[in-house]
Amino acid sequence: MTAKVVTITSGKGGVGKTTAVANIAVALASRGQKVVCIDGDIGLRNLDVVMGLENRIVYDLVDVVEGRCRLRQAMIHDKRLPELYLIPAAQTRDKSAVSPSDMVRLCDELRPDCDWIVIDSPAGIERGFRNAIAPADKVLVMTNPEVSAVRDADRVVGLLDAEEKGPASLIINRINPAMVKRGDMLSVEDVLDLLAIELIGIVPEDENVLVASNRGTPLALDGKSRAGLAFQNIARRLLGETVPFLDFEAPNLLQRLFTGRK
Amino acid sequence: MAPLFGRRRSANSAKERLQLVLIHDRTDLTPAELDALKDDLIATISRHVEIEPAAVDIRVAQEGRSQRLVADIPLRSSARRRAY
Ligand SMILES: Nc1ncnc2c1ncn2[C@@H]1O[C@H](COP(=O)(O)OP(=O)(O)OP(=O)(O)O)[C@@H](O)[C@H]1O
Ligand SMILES: [Mg+2]
Repeated sequence: MTAKVVTITSGKGGVGKTTAVANIAVALASRGQKVVCIDGDIGLRNLDVVMGLENRIVYDLVDVVEGRCRLRQAMIHDKRLPELYLIPAAQTRDKSAVSPSDMVRLCDELRPDCDWIVIDSPAGIERGFRNAIAPADKVLVMTNPEVSAVRDADRVVGLLDAEEKGPASLIINRINPAMVKRGDMLSVEDVLDLLAIELIGIVPEDENVLVASNRGTPLALDGKSRAGLAFQNIARRLLGETVPFLDFEAPNLLQRLFTGRK
Repeated sequence: MAPLFGRRRSANSAKERLQLVLIHDRTDLTPAELDALKDDLIATISRHVEIEPAAVDIRVAQEGRSQRLVADIPLRSSARRRAY
């Protein structure tokens, strides 16, 4: 095994990165993959609660980096799946406790015995973002169909190109088809025209996302909700499958997406 | 796009505004700087050839994620013809 490292980042906060990491990790693991997720948001740890693993934390990322425990000891096994693990962030430290080269070293140690390492990046373009992208083989930039999120995504895509971490792929989260239809929300096509990067997922606005995080059971565990299905599809695309984009949009757009338009 | 029901759709405004903002974010070129560049360009070119300052069009064009500066500078041909 040689793991592929995937980092999800966004620029703007609150667009759904942590939700996406939890769900994509679950979706990959439910396809028989061995997955380790890393919460890179030191000081604002959240991936543990979204995954429902908050009561099982003993050691965290900073404990590993500072040598207080071995890597294995900080990996919490999510027992709902055979091979899903979480390395939680430290809650009482700040981003400077970890460096980009620490992250590269840690991922290099993990790579030989898992299939995927999925990293949850904090918002912003500072240290935490640099840490999260340093070990990445593939960066997924998440945005919402909204002016400030798209603008910040563009900035991040530019930075990733400059750092030779590109080309990034795009996840558009919280699409509301009814609002798009009446012309009051940027469509998938609009966002793609603006950002000019490859699309890897469209996730609809879905109340079930909140219900799932209330319970600590990521949606992709059952995959019946629309958002859950959308996250499953992102995982399948990461695994190299060609999966049609879900029908949240007008048919003419879908035709263009099917023909591979970027 | 034509407004439906007389009201301009907000998604269109969002897209048009973002198009301009992203050009400036990506190039560090503000509309004011672009105007200054245009004036300099007109002054420089006018030293060599007669042009129509009012008809000069300078803008940033997009191709995927890269931008290029495109200038359309019509030459004034009447002067030359008068000389013959
Ligand atoms: N598709 C969706 N439909 C409805 N709600 C969503 C969706 N995606 C995310 N949310 C909600 O948006 C909020 C922010 O999500 P999340 O914490 O995953 O964002 P984030 O990008 O990780 O934020 P931060 O930048 O603070 O780390 C949460 O309340 C989550 O439930
Ligand atoms: Mg988060």
